[in-house]
Amino acid sequence: MTKRFGPVTAADHIDLELGRGEVLALLGENGAGKTTLMNMLFGQYTADSGSVHVWDAEGREHVLPPGQPQAAIEARIGMVHQHFTLAENLSVIDNILLGTEPLLRPGRNRRAAREKLEALMAESGLVAPLDARIRELSVGERQRVEILKALYRDVRILVLDEPTAVLTPQEADGLFAAIRGMVGRGLSVIFISHKLREVLAFSDRIAVLRHGRKTGEMVTSEADADAIIRMMIGEAHDAPERTAGTPGETVLRLDTVTIRPGRDSRGLKEVQLDLRRGEIVGIAGVSGNGQSALAGVLSGLLVPDSGAIEVGGERLTALTPRLALSHGVGRIPEDRHHDGIVAAMSVAENLVIERLGSADVQRRGFLRRGAMAENAEALSAAYDVRGPGIHSRAALLSGGNIQKLILARVLETDPAVILANQPTRGLDFRASAEVSRRLIAARDRGAGVILISEDLDEILSLADRILVMHSGALVETESRDRASIGQLMAGHAA
Amino acid sequence: MIEIVPRDRPSGLLTAGVPVIAAVASLLLAAIPLAFAGAPIFAAYGQMVTGVFGSLFAFTEMLTRATPLIFTGLAAAVAFRARLWNIGGEGQLYLGAMAAVWVGSGAVDGPAALMIPLVLVAGAVAGGLGMLGPAWLKTRFGADEVVTSLLLNFIILIFVQMMLEGPLKDPMSLGWPQSEPIIDAAALPQLIAKMRLHAGFLLAIAMALVAHVILAMTIWGLQIRAVGENAAAARHAGMPVRRIFLSVAFASGTLAGLAGVSEVAGLKGYLTADLSPGFGYTGIVVAMLAGLSPVGVVFAALFIASVFVGTDSMSRAMGVSSFLADLTVSMSLICVLLGGFFARFRIRRIRREADA
Repeated sequence: MTKRFGPVTAADHIDLELGRGEVLALLGENGAGKTTLMNMLFGQYTADSGSVHVWDAEGREHVLPPGQPQAAIEARIGMVHQHFTLAENLSVIDNILLGTEPLLRPGRNRRAAREKLEALMAESGLVAPLDARIRELSVGERQRVEILKALYRDVRILVLDEPTAVLTPQEADGLFAAIRGMVGRGLSVIFISHKLREVLAFSDRIAVLRHGRKTGEMVTSEADADAIIRMMIGEAHDAPERTAGTPGETVLRLDTVTIRPGRDSRGLKEVQLDLRRGEIVGIAGVSGNGQSALAGVLSGLLVPDSGAIEVGGERLTALTPRLALSHGVGRIPEDRHHDGIVAAMSVAENLVIERLGSADVQRRGFLRRGAMAENAEALSAAYDVRGPGIHSRAALLSGGNIQKLILARVLETDPAVILANQPTRGLDFRASAEVSRRLIAARDRGAGVILISEDLDEILSLADRILVMHSGALVETESRDRASIGQLMAGHAA
Repeated sequence: MIEIVPRDRPSGLLTAGVPVIAAVASLLLAAIPLAFAGAPIFAAYGQMVTGVFGSLFAFTEMLTRATPLIFTGLAAAVAFRARLWNIGGEGQLYLGAMAAVWVGSGAVDGPAALMIPLVLVAGAVAGGLGMLGPAWLKTRFGADEVVTSLLLNFIILIFVQMMLEGPLKDPMSLGWPQSEPIIDAAALPQLIAKMRLHAGFLLAIAMALVAHVILAMTIWGLQIRAVGENAAAARHAGMPVRRIFLSVAFASGTLAGLAGVSEVAGLKGYLTADLSPGFGYTGIVVAMLAGLSPVGVVFAALFIASVFVGTDSMSRAMGVSSFLADLTVSMSLICVLLGGFFARFRIRRIRREADA
């Protein structure tokens, strides 16, 4: 299959085969062509050349007409996107049934659907509250709904794009076990991931893409991690070595900060947190246990019901985004597209939106375009933000480059406190290693970093101290052992 | 069977060409009702062109007609850039006109250098306040400004009628509901002797340039664009989203208010309840046709004014209904919306393979 976007060849003559009851892992950096390839498979893009062939249960070959998602659905291909495709104002069951029911038939056979779903949930272990509205669910729960949506459609081929990005290790293991069970009954899975450990543990075969080309393919049992990484990035992979920080005085204190549950996910229960200069505090936990409320309080988007925040030598009952910035709190938001950038505005503009008042951005209310351009060129070079240029829209940047843009904006002001909320989610090895390196450098420079992550490996490799969040409460742990941290994440006392 | 497919990357040329193509298409489509009306089509188009470009008088009439449309078009464009849906341009226009006659018809006296700025500021502030209300209701209670600003139009129009029957009524008007005339010192000067074209036109062009400069080159403009494109990110970046909303609302109302001032102080000389044949609403079409660009608004307003003036002339000469103008303007809006659709999607014929 080949797909070109203007001068860019996103997929260049890629051949891929998937056997019945096989798990094929598709590995590659951001922009390697994985999503493009899957979008062609699913009929969302029309290929410039090449075709998709599907063999049905009786072994007959069908060529899928290009550019028709309906044909892919009829061939029982299901795709679970990395970015959710759920209607937030509808219930879980309505989201799952959406598109499976005839439009004009009066009455709905909800009972049969519910029974089928309950059976599916029992069988797969992927449980979601069927009558809750999507907007009430955590990110992890939404992911489960996405997968259930595909399973409900009796898919024969399931494409999972970064499925474990939002799951705990236990949940991820559960998901893999569930899918293994279904694979045993003939389901075929294409599994897109950046997490090498998962790919090695879970797949039967691995195909590696790089710059739109397939650079390698191997049976997992014979695969070797270093060789795979070399195929992916074309050079030896060096993971950032964890070095201990040298903590100094306290730069941020949360004093019994409480948010009643219900307003924003689980709320916060008398959260106590001291952050010192020169340390990275890792907050581990399953998504939906209060991390978003904690991040909201630190970003200035949520007002606590009680408690206080001590930062920049002041004791405050709440932050606003503006107070956070003026008190030296740099924020890397969880959802970089939603909160981090204004996609329709230029890279140069996005680099200054947090400090519009400063003298090198404006003079008497007028933008200093020249100074902004210089600043943007310098920052793009320093932080390796790659794209069509500083005056083009931020929407044209890839996810990794958007994150580098945000890092550049946050770190250039030398904040005393850095909130990094899922800073490497969805990024490839190289980009996430870069993010990690920058966070460590900021710590060594004297910043205190709060790292909220659902990727335990990331916490273990970066954090000087680890706290675990469960049901809105924060517990510190001395342990650096996956299993015992996992216990805390599940709510068992240490 | 046909299918609608999103374009992988919308063409820039196509997006820019859409308003022009839409304008031409709407003019061509006007041939259909013209044919139904039994008019000779080519002669009718010829009369339309002559009606706009045939004489200095015709041309300045078109510019005069475009003047309020530039103001109301800017009012809509500026608000829409911040995703603030100001549908109340019509009401704000009347508020501006009312404030202008209130201070400009003798209540205050002075030289033109004082009176002209005074009526302009009074009308602008009145219009601005007229949009501040709906915007405040939106930021405070989440009330939909489409509904509140639209409904406010009718309230304001009835209020104007009441004022014209009461406190603002000209005792010399022989019973007609109209205001006292604007005094000479407060009237906007004519630009060309014996033509109705007045300084309001230059002010409208100037406001378009000011709006362009503000949106493209100032912090405030950047904030307006940021709030419109992604309010969540604007808030996260520490921008005062509520205050930006309110300031855009005020600025937008100000522009619509100036349309009213320009009409009473530049053209009519006094206020009646039929001052505007829907300039506020047509301004929305102007803004959409312009792709919300302030400079584009000037050209879109000139196009729509040409359609109105040209069709007027044609209907007088050929005896076809002047409602044809409204029809053409409406079709141009539909063409723009359709054009925007075709710029983003393409239509493809597909043949389904016979299912085995």
